[in-house]
Amino acid sequence: MRKTTTIIIGAGSAGLAMSRHLTARSVEHLLLERGEVGNSWRTERWDSLRLLTPNWQSRLPGFAYSGPDPDGFRTMPETITFLNDYASSFSAPVRAGVEVACLTQDGEDYRIATNRGEWCSRSVVIATGACNIASVPASASTLSEDIEQVTSLTYRNPDQLRPGGVLIVGASATGVQLAQEIQASGRPVTLAVGEHIRAVRTYRGRDIKWWMDRLGLLDIGLDDVDDLGRVRNLPSMQLIGTPSRASIDLNSLQDMGVRIVGRLGGIEGAQAQFSGALANICRMADLKLNRLLSGIDDWILRMGLENSLPTAEWPTPTRIPQTPDLMLDLRKAGINTVIWATGYRPDYSWLRIPVLDHKGRLRHNGGVVDAPGLYVLGLPFLRRRKSTLIDGVGDDARDLAAHLHTYLNQVSRVA
Amino acid sequence: MTNAQVAPQRLNGVNVDALLGARKALESAPQAAEFVWKATSEWKGGVHTGTKIDKFFGLGADQERSQSFNLDTDHPQVFAAPDAAPTPVEMVLAGLAGCLTAGIASVAENRGIKLRSVRATLEGEMNLYGILGIDSDVRNGFRAVRVKYDIDADADADDVAALVAQSQKRSAVFDIITNPTNVFVTVE
Repeated sequence: MRKTTTIIIGAGSAGLAMSRHLTARSVEHLLLERGEVGNSWRTERWDSLRLLTPNWQSRLPGFAYSGPDPDGFRTMPETITFLNDYASSFSAPVRAGVEVACLTQDGEDYRIATNRGEWCSRSVVIATGACNIASVPASASTLSEDIEQVTSLTYRNPDQLRPGGVLIVGASATGVQLAQEIQASGRPVTLAVGEHIRAVRTYRGRDIKWWMDRLGLLDIGLDDVDDLGRVRNLPSMQLIGTPSRASIDLNSLQDMGVRIVGRLGGIEGAQAQFSGALANICRMADLKLNRLLSGIDDWILRMGLENSLPTAEWPTPTRIPQTPDLMLDLRKAGINTVIWATGYRPDYSWLRIPVLDHKGRLRHNGGVVDAPGLYVLGLPFLRRRKSTLIDGVGDDARDLAAHLHTYLNQVSRVA
Repeated sequence: MTNAQVAPQRLNGVNVDALLGARKALESAPQAAEFVWKATSEWKGGVHTGTKIDKFFGLGADQERSQSFNLDTDHPQVFAAPDAAPTPVEMVLAGLAGCLTAGIASVAENRGIKLRSVRATLEGEMNLYGILGIDSDVRNGFRAVRVKYDIDADADADDVAALVAQSQKRSAVFDIITNPTNVFVTVE
């Protein structure tokens, strides 16, 4: 059995950021990666996807974008190149093609069983991300078998879908992007809309992410929120990264012909039922967006920049159909495919340490897991609002590397 | 759920401290959060029914109300009934108004917004072809429910709109009306 001080599971942005900090602290470590660097971006995303954050907003520990298009949005191949370049920049000790089968505790050590043999380490950092499994509602099991089901993890492009209508369930970043490209492919889309966060791509001449960064909204930390459970479950913003920097929202989708309905209540066979709360869901999203934009306006006034920036273009309120459909016979409506864009959850099936709560979530305090020497990175609002961003995981990695280093010093002193 | 301490100054008469305290307590006692609301009813002749509400189950035990409440339902004269009480569907509107308005007051209290008046006008649109069995394509229940709020408060229009939106988000009756519920009716 091979030994090392720290094992990082996963070589995406989170694992690499941690590796960079451990390298700086001279903590001996390895990154075990089931595929290659940035595996999820390589194998689990749809073809047209670009990052939702601009190129400049990918500041990793000791690394940043230096190309000619800081305001552009990376394609998947560009994202993979970026992460590869990062790994090379400090010779990250990545062991590619190593899939962890089982993580167990052995006294004060951890044992990591993989397809390439076993490792033993003093500490482990879980950096496998928050999006390993597509969360699918119970209705998936009561949907008629002649209607095809696709998840946001298995969707690649419209050509893989049968001709005919498509019901997309979920209207966060994934759902709205898929709705746009599938509607454009000639397949009429019905979009089931639950609670969502409306956004605009640009406001007063700057990207919305630039404003959020500038106003410090992404740095909001654990002590700044009163309901951590709520902020950890917030849906993603309705955004798309395109060269034209266009916004995407329920209005733009309806302009294309997408039909919007309320949150999916359930499906029996081909009969789908939707919530009648669509009007309120949309009103809430409009009010929240107005609040964000008002905050930007206030900041501009305070900074005395009112006259040096373009004037505000307020988004029009979300239009909803006069009588949104509550019931839909999918067959009669010509819908042959249902796409679940209903979020993701992490896969901890390999984790054989009792650190999960009754809902299968890791018990941790800001990434310090409820087992000595075990850490996690890259979960929603782990320590900050930006915890899941390539641009945000670095600060979490810095904090947790310090904690981990202190822990290692303590155990070695006792030993 | 009671608050024995001296009540702090409240803007709208809602004890939000007790509600927030209950929320915190229930988070660590999931069983206590399981409630069963109860009613018993008796036919009074014609299309007139009396419903009595005097107890519920919650916080792990049967709970008695401070008094027994009686709610009658009947039908108006155009239905060839004596119009002795509101129709059941109007009681649904009353339930929605009561739930949303309680929510508005609670959210306003929590957000430090003083309410001076909160008035709602409710309409439930219905085509009688449904309940009369004339057209099977027409549903029995409301085609749409419209609620118009007229609120006088120490807040701007967006903040008032946000109160009403948040109240809907957390409303039991709003959820009961807008989402499907399994209903099991049995005969003993």
